Amino acid sequence: MKNPDKHGHFGAFGGKYVPETLMVPLEELEVAFKGAMKSAAFKKEFTALLTDYAGRPTNLYLAKRLSAHLKTLKVYCKREDLLHTGAHKINNTLGQVLLAKKMGKTRIIAETGAGQHGVATATAAALMGLPCDVYMGEEDIHRQALNVDRMRLMGAKVIPVTSGSKTLKDAMNEAIRDWVTNVSNTFYCIGSVAGPHPYPLMVREFQAIIGKEARKQFLKAEGKLPNYLVACVGGGSNAMGLFYPFVKDKKVKIIGVEAAGHGVHSQFHAAPMAAKQIGVLHGSKSYLMQTRDGQVKIAHSIAAGLDYPGVGPEHSYFNVTGRAQYVSVTDKEAIKGLKLMSELEGVIPAVETAHAVYYLEKLAKKVKKKSTVILCFSGRGDKDMGQIKEYI
Amino acid sequence: MTNRINKKFKELKSQRQKALIAFITAGDPSLTKTKELVLGFEKAGIDIVELGIPFSDPMADGPTIQASSQRALDRGTTLTKIIALTERLRKKTQIPITFMMYYNHIFHYGEERFVKKIKKVGVDGLIVPDLPVEEAKSLIKLCQKHDISLIPFISPTTSEARIKKIAKQASGFIYYVSVAGVTGARSSVGDSYVKQIKRTRKYTKTPVCVGFGISTPQQAKKIARNADGVIVGSAIINQIQKHSKNKTMVAKVSGFVKTLVQVLH
Ligand SMILES: Cc1ncc(COP(=O)(O)O)c(C=O)c1O
Repeated sequence: MKNPDKHGHFGAFGGKYVPETLMVPLEELEVAFKGAMKSAAFKKEFTALLTDYAGRPTNLYLAKRLSAHLKTLKVYCKREDLLHTGAHKINNTLGQVLLAKKMGKTRIIAETGAGQHGVATATAAALMGLPCDVYMGEEDIHRQALNVDRMRLMGAKVIPVTSGSKTLKDAMNEAIRDWVTNVSNTFYCIGSVAGPHPYPLMVREFQAIIGKEARKQFLKAEGKLPNYLVACVGGGSNAMGLFYPFVKDKKVKIIGVEAAGHGVHSQFHAAPMAAKQIGVLHGSKSYLMQTRDGQVKIAHSIAAGLDYPGVGPEHSYFNVTGRAQYVSVTDKEAIKGLKLMSELEGVIPAVETAHAVYYLEKLAKKVKKKSTVILCFSGRGDKDMGQIKEYI
Repeated sequence: MTNRINKKFKELKSQRQKALIAFITAGDPSLTKTKELVLGFEKAGIDIVELGIPFSDPMADGPTIQASSQRALDRGTTLTKIIALTERLRKKTQIPITFMMYYNHIFHYGEERFVKKIKKVGVDGLIVPDLPVEEAKSLIKLCQKHDISLIPFISPTTSEARIKKIAKQASGFIYYVSVAGVTGARSSVGDSYVKQIKRTRKYTKTPVCVGFGISTPQQAKKIARNADGVIVGSAIINQIQKHSKNKTMVAKVSGFVKTLVQVLH
């Protein structure tokens, strides 16, 4: 079976749950995207942007002191933090904004939580000379002031969202409302493998460069495939980017790390797969945190980039089929992971990435024999310094 | 017995009248007031009631209905309570009732269990703004089986190929969205509806009603020349808000609704 199928389903997940007004524009987007993926000219231009502008390929770096500390794991970091703007998000926004331009769209909109996707979209829009409006929850605007300034400096308009919980999910609602209203000239640049079809597919394809490079680099370094892949999962784009090129390598074990906040049994977490409920939000069917009445729950995580009550539909599919395993790490544990990586390797990870880092401590205790791991080092921690000051 | 919605449109047609479909959010300002408003609107002569089921993430709604939804949720309104309210309403009125709701609520409840339940309490139709035909296959079947109208949308961006597909599945009426956008009262709604309704009529005899943005009797009258009815929501919610502190709120809002009915009947 092909994944996704022609209506964008990954098994029981995904699809297009959107107002009728968006159905034809989504079809047009799909046609344009598939055309671009077949076009040598588009691919060449995209590759040039990734190489000359964003700084690809990124290093696959052997974290020796971290590995020595963990004893049973040999950890390679796929250094997406070294990309321009400091996270993997730029891979996707360069692809989408380039596509927007090819489609003749004259305006870019985006939602953002941590501000990383907002910054990456503002960056690509500035580079390609398109005006850009970014929706951001009022709550997040306070949490991530530095990124707000970065976006504004690059000419983007940051529009505060005051509805609902004033965070990422509400920013996405507002971006969708804008898109429905201005769909004829506006391109909606979604920041993760979420949203209606073809977004989960498109973002996966734009991020898959992470795994394609890592696979080659690892083979070169070790002469075989890794035992494990580990990545943090918000919507799941950095994780899918690393995982996807290894999906057919059945021996490679894949682990996604959700944000457990204060704990998955508390009211304050962002781990929908741990909560085990399925629902429909922002255009697709997937795991979704909900109340008993079917309202969407407000997520909580120390990491604004993981603070989302849903997850991409293909991760839901992997979870059900068992191709990937999903675990979770709390706020407190993430801080430990952040310190561990900083002290042992001299690299400060984003607090999102730190969730995946900490999981290595748990994995190290579980493995029966010495194993190799690729960790998706999704972003750098500079943006979080204000927030994590109290833990230093 | 045939569905109350179909019966209503037959009646309207024979009297050469157009339908007024009135939307209110269930639970705003309270479920008790919702009940009084429905009964007041019936007296004012409306044809179909659309009860909005408040949802945490109403992505197809503009500020007015978003805020209304939030007020209803803040007061503890739940789907279960709204279903119970509908059951009580059915003892007092035979007016056609539809639920307007986001798909997650239906999915969460379980499609089959939900359709059976609402049938039992006397709901006649469902309007689900985030459920295009492609995703609606199982719900369409269930609704057919239990004689609930699943009312589809057509919008200014809908292609003729899609109109054909949607028209084939339509039951009750077709909801034509007057503008590409979200719900909300507007001073003008454009005239894409004339062309799109004409196209729709090529494929179906199902009535077509126009909604999104209609706020005055003048607009309603103009649009009804080309449609089988109009749907008014945000403008009514605005009236409810305006008179919310007033003891005679229900009478005042019903009075406004009556001005809309008068230009259509
Ligand atoms: C550094 C970093 N990692 C991870 C994420 C989570 O997103 P995703 O799960 O789509 O990779 C974000 C989101 O902002 C981020 O900034």
